[in-house]
Amino acid sequence: MATQHSQSAARMMMAPAVVLLLGWMLVPLTMTLFFSFKKYLPLRGGDLGWVGFDNYVRFVSSSAFWPAVGTTLIIVGGVLVITVLLGVALALLLDQPVWGQGVVRILVIAPFFVMPTVSGLVWKNMFMDPVNGFFAHLWRFLGAEPIQWLSQASMPSLVMIISWQWLPFATLILLTAIQSLDTEQLEAAEMDGARPVGRFWFIILPHLARAITVVILIQTIFLLSIFAEIFVTTAGAFGTKTLTYLIFQRVLESQNVGLGSAGGVYAIILANIVAVFLLRVVGKNLDA
Amino acid sequence: MARAISARHKMITSVMAWTAAILIFFPILWILVLSFKSEGDAIKTPLGVLTSAWTFDSYAVVQDRSDYFKHFFNSVIVAVGSTLLGLLVAVPAAWSMAFVPSKRTRGILMWMLSTKMLPAVGVLYPIYLLFIELGILDSRIGLVIVLMLINLPIIVWMLYTYFREIPAEILEAARMDGAGMRAELLYVLTPMAIPGIASTMLLNVILAWNEAFWTLNLTAAKAAPLTAFIASYSSPEGLFYAKLSAASVMAIAPILVMGWFSQKQLVRGLTFGAVK
Repeated sequence: MATQHSQSAARMMMAPAVVLLLGWMLVPLTMTLFFSFKKYLPLRGGDLGWVGFDNYVRFVSSSAFWPAVGTTLIIVGGVLVITVLLGVALALLLDQPVWGQGVVRILVIAPFFVMPTVSGLVWKNMFMDPVNGFFAHLWRFLGAEPIQWLSQASMPSLVMIISWQWLPFATLILLTAIQSLDTEQLEAAEMDGARPVGRFWFIILPHLARAITVVILIQTIFLLSIFAEIFVTTAGAFGTKTLTYLIFQRVLESQNVGLGSAGGVYAIILANIVAVFLLRVVGKNLDA
Repeated sequence: MARAISARHKMITSVMAWTAAILIFFPILWILVLSFKSEGDAIKTPLGVLTSAWTFDSYAVVQDRSDYFKHFFNSVIVAVGSTLLGLLVAVPAAWSMAFVPSKRTRGILMWMLSTKMLPAVGVLYPIYLLFIELGILDSRIGLVIVLMLINLPIIVWMLYTYFREIPAEILEAARMDGAGMRAELLYVLTPMAIPGIASTMLLNVILAWNEAFWTLNLTAAKAAPLTAFIASYSSPEGLFYAKLSAASVMAIAPILVMGWFSQKQLVRGLTFGAVK
């Protein structure tokens, strides 16, 4: 069916998308690489010449680097653990017969549609504010001293806010995966006397393995570049500076473009390592 | 007996599911309540808030003082504009990949997806600089272009997975019945493709509406959409809970409604077809 003629027509139809994405990828990437080898301070003298790998060395040897790596790992790891564990539990629960199932589902996935700046500010002010926040009222009601959430417990607070946003995503994908499970298999296992725990462990969980992998990989990609939630809550203070935020500050706040660009190259390499695994999982689906 | 057990089972699971759902939804519910209170009442204890008078004032104040609808329209233009532009480019591409696949189709799809994984912060300065050079910093057209580009891989992928499900036999059958190329496209393929295109559109409007890296970094007063407008509440003056609540409710309400309609497509779109 695919004649010479239709093949060349197909190439024409694909061309705009390919050219646009190629430009979107190559132009800024080349510029970032270019800047990363320069001492470039737009507000303090501009282009001050080539410096080799100086920026790369300085970025990783600055005192802010390792704390930022730690913060990034805690946010990504913490949110992944919480969303996957609670997500599996919630998905199992929502798969059961429940009165008003449609409404329950809608309520559970709602946080995913809240824009990051709204959820950051709402949590920061209406819930975590140590004077007027909901938690502060609750703590006082229980006779306890209100917690300064975003300064004293900044990391757990941020992990909580971001988990709230991503839990619906994990739940929805895991629920979809559970519902595609062959019920005959479960019934057969039940007939053979498998207990609920056994059914979960040996049938449901293996079936979910692929969906869990997908959730972990996609969330990792997004969580590595979390930005707005930190921007509107702590602005990087109280030990909440992630790698993404550190690079943002180097580039736009202190206008040290060379240094920030070297950081950007590190971020791109890191994201690519995760992406390779994700692409492998997604790619398998193309062959099927 | 089996029936008795299952009724009790349903009772227990219902209570658990509703408890979880209300806990998760609570922050949204709470800002909805606060948005209908006066600033003075909004900082009272939860019981005090619930028992105080209800009012629409905050919604009016947000519009009067900060020109809310300007930002709202910026969001609409940027979200809808970038999605339509993206569809214009992606429909032919996905179409040709689904119906005239070649050896390279798989590679191209994977490569497109990989561009989506490029961390935005890594190319922040180049884009910022290009925007200044082109004079499109803090402009709606600039945002439309960037958001179109970052979502293009998702649009192509989603459309591709939908188009691939249209059976090729239908085309052959139409051809046997003597349908010409135009009739084939108009009466056979388009009706089958519309649901896929519609859900792709829906998901991408949602993603563009909520995008909060480029919209924060590439706009100032003029082109700021709602994401950036709301962020201006991070350093407020005086009491602002009711105003922030009202602004937030208006910013998330349209997307919540769209999101609820697109639950199913969401999974497919966000997992690039890996989970359906």
